[in-house]
Amino acid sequence: MSERGAFPINIRNATASDLDAVIRLDMDTTGTEKRAYWQEAFARHVAPPYNGRLFLIAEKDGVAVGFIVAETRAWEFGSPPCGWVFALNVATELREHGIASVLFNQLCARLRLAGVDTLRTMVAITNKVNLSFFRSMGMTSGPYIELEKRLE
Amino acid sequence: MKIQKGSLLALYAALELGHDPERQLSTADIAEKYGVSSHHLAKVMRHLVRSGLIQAVRGVGGGYRFAGNPGRTTLLEVIRLFEPMESTIELTGTASTAAAPVIAELHSIAGEIDELTQAILDTITLRTLLNAIERRASAALPAAPRASRDRQRRPG
Repeated sequence: MSERGAFPINIRNATASDLDAVIRLDMDTTGTEKRAYWQEAFARHVAPPYNGRLFLIAEKDGVAVGFIVAETRAWEFGSPPCGWVFALNVATELREHGIASVLFNQLCARLRLAGVDTLRTMVAITNKVNLSFFRSMGMTSGPYIELEKRLE
Repeated sequence: MKIQKGSLLALYAALELGHDPERQLSTADIAEKYGVSSHHLAKVMRHLVRSGLIQAVRGVGGGYRFAGNPGRTTLLEVIRLFEPMESTIELTGTASTAAAPVIAELHSIAGEIDELTQAILDTITLRTLLNAIERRASAALPAAPRASRDRQRRPG
């Protein structure tokens, strides 16, 4: 499926062969290779047909240049089913060309088709890039507060 | 959080000029549109010029122009020019041994609130706010054929 951003971008479901590209895109941003984490994520989100989990790849000229991952979560502390996006990345040299927006909009469209009407995420308070992006896509503070406690 | 009058005027000006960074507007133009005192707004505009957020354009047809990038400038950057962003606790009497830990804990809680407030304001750009305002205005319009609605939204 294609959408028009600053240049043609193809959005498709991830396949097993995207693993290395996803690991590389993530490592370019975070500086850490998380092969075991992504292998597990692929096992849960890529293999089966839609089961509340989505792993979308953005392709430019046949090359994976971005991805977004989400799943449907339900009844955590009484929360009705909602979409939960927990990974989003675009190749650093191709940012600010609308690729993340295309990925995000595709994700929302597919979740809506699946009957999901709310999308949530959790981002570090210091992650201004992702927070600003999600804000620009219309996300606002939700009715839940993240809490934590240092265990000693 | 209480947004002071100066911050509100600054946001009116920043949004109006940031909507089209090529456009020049006078203080009177902005004051009239938002129904605010042009005298008070003029002071705010001078402050915005000193901060580098807007630029004064001299000569015939002069006025002010946005000097930054509306897609990068956040609400926090504008509001911070006009007011402190830290919560304060009004202390009464002489602090006692019993009061000290209470005050310290309240400062800690206020710090949590301030951190959240600032994170929210620092991740909403003027462009994001302009888009949200436009969506809100569109939603408020009575149902009308699309072409007619587009005509209503076009600047005069």
